[in-house]
Amino acid sequence: MAERKIVDGRGSFCPGPLMELIAALKTVEVGDELEVLSTDKGSANDIPEWVNKVGHEYLSTREENGVWYIVVRRKK
Amino acid sequence: MRILIVGGGMGGTILANNLARRLTGELKSGKARITMLSASERHMYQPGLLYLAVGRMTPDELYRDQASLLEPGIAFHVDPVEDFQLDKNCVRTKSGKTHEYDVMVIATGSRMHPEGVPGLAENAETFYTEESALKMFKRLQAFQGGKVVICVGVPHKCPMAPLEITFMLHDYFKDRGMANKVQLHYTYPIGRVHSLENVAKWAAPEMDRLGIKYETFFNIKEVDGANKILRSEEGVDIPYDLLVTIPSHKGMEVVEKCGLGQNGWVPTDRTRLNMEGRSNVFVCGDTTNLPISKAGSTAHFEADVIGENIAAMVKVGTTVREYDGKVFCFIEAGKDRATYAMFNYENPPDPKEPTRAVHWFKMAYNKLYWVSARGLL
Repeated sequence: MAERKIVDGRGSFCPGPLMELIAALKTVEVGDELEVLSTDKGSANDIPEWVNKVGHEYLSTREENGVWYIVVRRKK
Repeated sequence: MRILIVGGGMGGTILANNLARRLTGELKSGKARITMLSASERHMYQPGLLYLAVGRMTPDELYRDQASLLEPGIAFHVDPVEDFQLDKNCVRTKSGKTHEYDVMVIATGSRMHPEGVPGLAENAETFYTEESALKMFKRLQAFQGGKVVICVGVPHKCPMAPLEITFMLHDYFKDRGMANKVQLHYTYPIGRVHSLENVAKWAAPEMDRLGIKYETFFNIKEVDGANKILRSEEGVDIPYDLLVTIPSHKGMEVVEKCGLGQNGWVPTDRTRLNMEGRSNVFVCGDTTNLPISKAGSTAHFEADVIGENIAAMVKVGTTVREYDGKVFCFIEAGKDRATYAMFNYENPPDPKEPTRAVHWFKMAYNKLYWVSARGLL
């Protein structure tokens, strides 16, 4: 069964949640899911944009108390 | 209390000196003991490697004897740790010695890992070691013109390095009268030219002004050295004549080997800076898995907090401070102008226009660093 790993990018201006996701994707298996936590609302746009561009799978976004939870799956 | 500091880089050194000053009486009375274990008898000023790569510093300016930087009372051993035995509160070193501790700080740093990308180590120049920085400078000296491509791995040490080396290369070639013979092409992993939005807003027009091309959403997939082509995960190919990389980094091998953290990054509490699940093990600098810059200033500010807290543990039995994610980075905008970015978990940076004054302050800091390492600045 696919694993889901949390990438806690809250409060990260540099390197930022997307860079944290890019690094974390290298550490999981194809098929595994990653849930990025971000306090930057821009992540809700730039993470799905990059994930689709590079060929991974964007699954969902929800916002709760100023934190965005963005779930993606490694596809390659 | 037996305090063990593993690592003699910027974080470990500032911390050791900070603690030695706070615990002068306790060290004399024997109530506290500070031991530092390091892999090297020399201390390197790592930010100087950027200047070495463009011929603006020489290797001798980068080093001091580690022992000369440490306060009296710190027991310093060049004897790297080979095994962390956290359940027994001890480490075993290369020489076979065992060091027990009541509190340990892991500050072992990070290392570049260009081998993670096919063809990168063999075909790209970089500057994260003395040897590679000197090799890069000699390559630059021999370069007669063409396309210079800068590519960036993730995660990497020093978030300003991609921009700094690009602007410094621009000025280097301009000074050699080669501005019309060299095309700089900058690439970056996310959708703007730097992770910090305000820095990107400054840097992109600066690149436009200087005629530096850039490609965003570019994550290095492989380098075809035979045909001199850099390929991205996003499906873009860029031909190059000279390839310069800020390679991805990993934590130290011993950290990963001992199961302390994937890729050598130790899971760390973002405010207390203790290793997750271990109240008597703290983590400082690049070694943490925190989502903040792997930079000397990060290690410095973390060391200040850890030092105050361990000293308080000795004196009153509890910690007293929390880390707020503070980072300060100079940004060299060429050979004679610079700006800076300061931020924490709550507040983004707001960099100003580069000035000569900030550049000269950075030049001064390159010398003042040795005062900083002693915990005096």
